[in-house]
Amino acid sequence: MTTLQSAAKRIGIAWTPMYTAVAVVVAALVIGLLPGVKMSLVVNGIFLGAIIALGAIGLTLIFGILNFANVAHGDYMTIGAYAALFIVGSLLPQVGIEGKGLGPFTFGYPLLIALPLAVAVVALMAVALDIAIYRRLRERGVNNVVLAMASLGLAIALRGLVQMIWSGDVQRLPRETRKFYQWPMDVRVPPDAIFIMIVAIILVVAVYLVLTRTRMGKAMRATADNPNLALVSGIDTRRVIWSTWIMGAALAATAGILLAVFQAQLLPVMGWRFLIPLFAAVILGGIGNPYGALVGAFIIGVTSEVSTQWINPSYKPAVAFAIMIAVLLVRPRGIFGGGR
Amino acid sequence: MALLEASDIVAGYGQTEILHGVSVTVDAGEMVTIIGPNGCGKSTLMKAIVGLVRAWSGSVKFQGVEISSYPPERIVRTRLCYVPQSSNVFPTLSIRENLEMGAFTRRDDYRGRINEMFELFPDLARESGRKAGTLSGGQRQMLAIARAMMIDPVLLLLDEPSAGLSPAMMGTVFQRIKEVNQTGVAMLLVEQNARDALQMSNRGYILVAGENRLEDTGQDLLSNPEVAQLYLRG
Repeated sequence: MTTLQSAAKRIGIAWTPMYTAVAVVVAALVIGLLPGVKMSLVVNGIFLGAIIALGAIGLTLIFGILNFANVAHGDYMTIGAYAALFIVGSLLPQVGIEGKGLGPFTFGYPLLIALPLAVAVVALMAVALDIAIYRRLRERGVNNVVLAMASLGLAIALRGLVQMIWSGDVQRLPRETRKFYQWPMDVRVPPDAIFIMIVAIILVVAVYLVLTRTRMGKAMRATADNPNLALVSGIDTRRVIWSTWIMGAALAATAGILLAVFQAQLLPVMGWRFLIPLFAAVILGGIGNPYGALVGAFIIGVTSEVSTQWINPSYKPAVAFAIMIAVLLVRPRGIFGGGR
Repeated sequence: MALLEASDIVAGYGQTEILHGVSVTVDAGEMVTIIGPNGCGKSTLMKAIVGLVRAWSGSVKFQGVEISSYPPERIVRTRLCYVPQSSNVFPTLSIRENLEMGAFTRRDDYRGRINEMFELFPDLARESGRKAGTLSGGQRQMLAIARAMMIDPVLLLLDEPSAGLSPAMMGTVFQRIKEVNQTGVAMLLVEQNARDALQMSNRGYILVAGENRLEDTGQDLLSNPEVAQLYLRG
């Protein structure tokens, strides 16, 4: 990355970490041009990477600022998806808002109403759970292993709750079958994927702007860098922690909803299963480094999709896991060297 | 009335008591240095004053107000600022962002203050967009002091500002500290480099094994043969 940075400086571009993600996506597409690699898998991996990115950015921020691995992050995604399902399937029809097949998409405009509502629900839930559980543990001065274990318990509890309410059966958002776009090189793209990509780009840019332009965003980065120095600088760490939960949970909820759209189904284990790619992306990018997580997400998304060309698709998480272990062995601080 | 009056501070970590009743005062505009052997509790005393370590007993009065129960972020609002010995900048934030974080408690427009800091530390102004983690030891120390200066402190606590610096850089940092003190900011300094620090200080304390050993003016401590022999090596 440093070589990229200096090269960019030489030709007079201010290199921002965002370009690294664009470079990785372009590189993936170039790899897709190679004979023997299916371009359709690369493109699919990029869409998957966009969803992983939303989850991983929140996870890495929480990791960096609260200093523990939030194992329940995947289940925050699940809750987001099911909250949207409840709003679209049960709540909005009561007031006569129903629909599917908006333009080229499978879903209808009610999902666009449900998305911000479900995101708000999960963000509030995250803050409430912090007050009820994590804050109490922090105030008792427990170490971060205990916090991670608490989040594991919470993950199982949340999944159980979803299963109790909606059963373990497959659920679907109201959807209408739509034709895929036929692109060159035998690439077939569902229109929904375009929607997913647009939402992901908007949110990543929004996160970037919050972290670099706002007072609270900078305070979040400062707290991740050095919590004690943040305290003696007068930074209100309580508000920083809440902002981190709100941001992380909002991104997770969106990722969950987009995943439900992408996979055309909801399952209580959908977020839990997504946890390994999320952690792989976080570790790849360096813990606490949101731009690293963004880049890591695309690498994980594309490699695990392309791997299905040679390996049974059910081993996709294993591929992500193998990449994670390999990176930990070679560069314990991630390829971009994160905070911790 | 003294500006800072820390009396009979008892503090430590876990079960270990480090400070067994230490008292220190600083008057307005004064520069005071604490010296003493490694592990005597100098840094712990600093942390107890700024609230990073909760004192087990004793009192800390700043401008007449008892602050020993305040959390660190509230103590900053009383305009008492602290520069830790190590990791005293935010490495992934730029120089300018580090200064903005120093001003976190300020609600007014502090851009003028940032420019004042750039005038005081011209080294920082040239590359204000540079990440603090890539700065040299000396520049980092300047940035750490500038960050603490952002809220216009009445009292600045500096924990070993010369640690790990080259002799030339040390001279520059001490020069800047003196200049800041001359603008009326009181200073409480902890220093390994006792001779240089006492030279520019009004008063000094010698702390040994968590207790006050000696207190005198900087000059008298320097000319005290016992002090010279025991605490002013090199």
